[in-house]
Amino acid sequence: MLSKRIIACLDVRDGKLAKSVKFVNTRDIGDPVEKAREYYLDGLDELVFYDITASSDKRNIMLGVVEAVAEQVFIPLSVGGGVRAVQDATDLRLAGAEKINVNSAAVKRPALIAECAEAIGTQNIVLSMDIIKVSASELIPSGYEIVINGGRTPMGMDALAWALQGEHLGAGELVVNSIDADGTREGYEIELTRMISEAVRIPVIASGGAGLPEHLAAVLKEGKADAALVASMVHFGDYKVSELKRYLHGQQIKMRMSW
Amino acid sequence: MTIIVDYDAGNLKSVQRACDYVGLSATISNDAASLAHADRIIFPGVGAAGSAMKSLRANGLDKALLHAFASGTPILGICLGLQVSLDWSEEHDTKTLSLLPGEVVRFDFSDRSVKIPHMGWNEVKVVRPHPVLSSIRQGDEFYFVHAYYPRPSIPEQVFAEASYQHAFCAAAGSKNYLGVQFHPEKSGRVGLKLLSDFASWDGSHAE
Repeated sequence: MLSKRIIACLDVRDGKLAKSVKFVNTRDIGDPVEKAREYYLDGLDELVFYDITASSDKRNIMLGVVEAVAEQVFIPLSVGGGVRAVQDATDLRLAGAEKINVNSAAVKRPALIAECAEAIGTQNIVLSMDIIKVSASELIPSGYEIVINGGRTPMGMDALAWALQGEHLGAGELVVNSIDADGTREGYEIELTRMISEAVRIPVIASGGAGLPEHLAAVLKEGKADAALVASMVHFGDYKVSELKRYLHGQQIKMRMSW
Repeated sequence: MTIIVDYDAGNLKSVQRACDYVGLSATISNDAASLAHADRIIFPGVGAAGSAMKSLRANGLDKALLHAFASGTPILGICLGLQVSLDWSEEHDTKTLSLLPGEVVRFDFSDRSVKIPHMGWNEVKVVRPHPVLSSIRQGDEFYFVHAYYPRPSIPEQVFAEASYQHAFCAAAGSKNYLGVQFHPEKSGRVGLKLLSDFASWDGSHAE
């Protein structure tokens, strides 16, 4: 039986680790390579790096980080942030990323998903979606809207429709990131996660809001997520990855317990 | 010399890095002649069976692999590398290498809530002892990403199984060839151990 996954998300700026709270006031909390290695040895199932480097001339720093991690961390490694063209995806893959996350650039130009899927394989392309709750309307029937620029720009696109379109275009996996919950540590957006997970046939990763082990249990059970993304709750040392896995295992959720 | 067969089927550097880490220095090559001189061969790959076969044939790698198999070189197939080792794949109705008799079919579930591809960590159960799988313990999980799975015709050639709605073959082999459906290079400690067990395998069976 397939295990549920815990995925740690590391935001990286200029080659250094940062963790954002509602995408403002990011603060540096250490070396991404060291942190990745620590989680890997503690039973982490998968790793995501999100490059939040602002200036494009510093983008190559990220390739170095990915390469250094890939040399000593032997679990799937996913990288996103600033992927605008197939070339960005293939550069990151060559540096050692297994999967590539696309987000804003795919919202602006959906064909990017199909192009990347064609170039690196559909199973390696992850569509990451930033989503806010709105009142349901004719334009947004699901009541969830796609936003970009870290949540600042609403796009007038329905999140459920975009998830289905992304799957159709060749995304192999979806990240459902609730901007409302992100950084709050008050729990995942269960309703949103379940709505999308039930609508698509590809795996869904829940993101945004994790603060307690119970939050992970809820989104993996009621939210029907295939994986739960964690960030600050492990980055600041409140919980260890192994501790979360033991808790979830105790809640009868199938986890990988031998590493 | 260990050769990682390059046939435009995915990211081979991750396999090379994992080999490096366990002290198995491996060269990525698409040169058919290099396979004849290799001490051991890793035949990885992700992607579609049809384009993989096309690329193998274009470089003469299909014949070189069959020749290396016949001459006793230890070969490890990974993921698509295992799948194209059987006779036929349902994926684009593709005739494949026939190192092992059998076919490759797509997961087909009436329950639409079951996700495809089978992606993530799953337990691998050894059903028949094999030197390359000798370090796998009960409960050990490996990383899988695939929508198709192998169905070897000879039960004695199935060495490990995993379960996704139903049991399926996770490792199959014959003589000096063993293929695994999962990705040892992405499976943490247990995956690295498998690669290191392959590095010391002489190509013979324990049985």
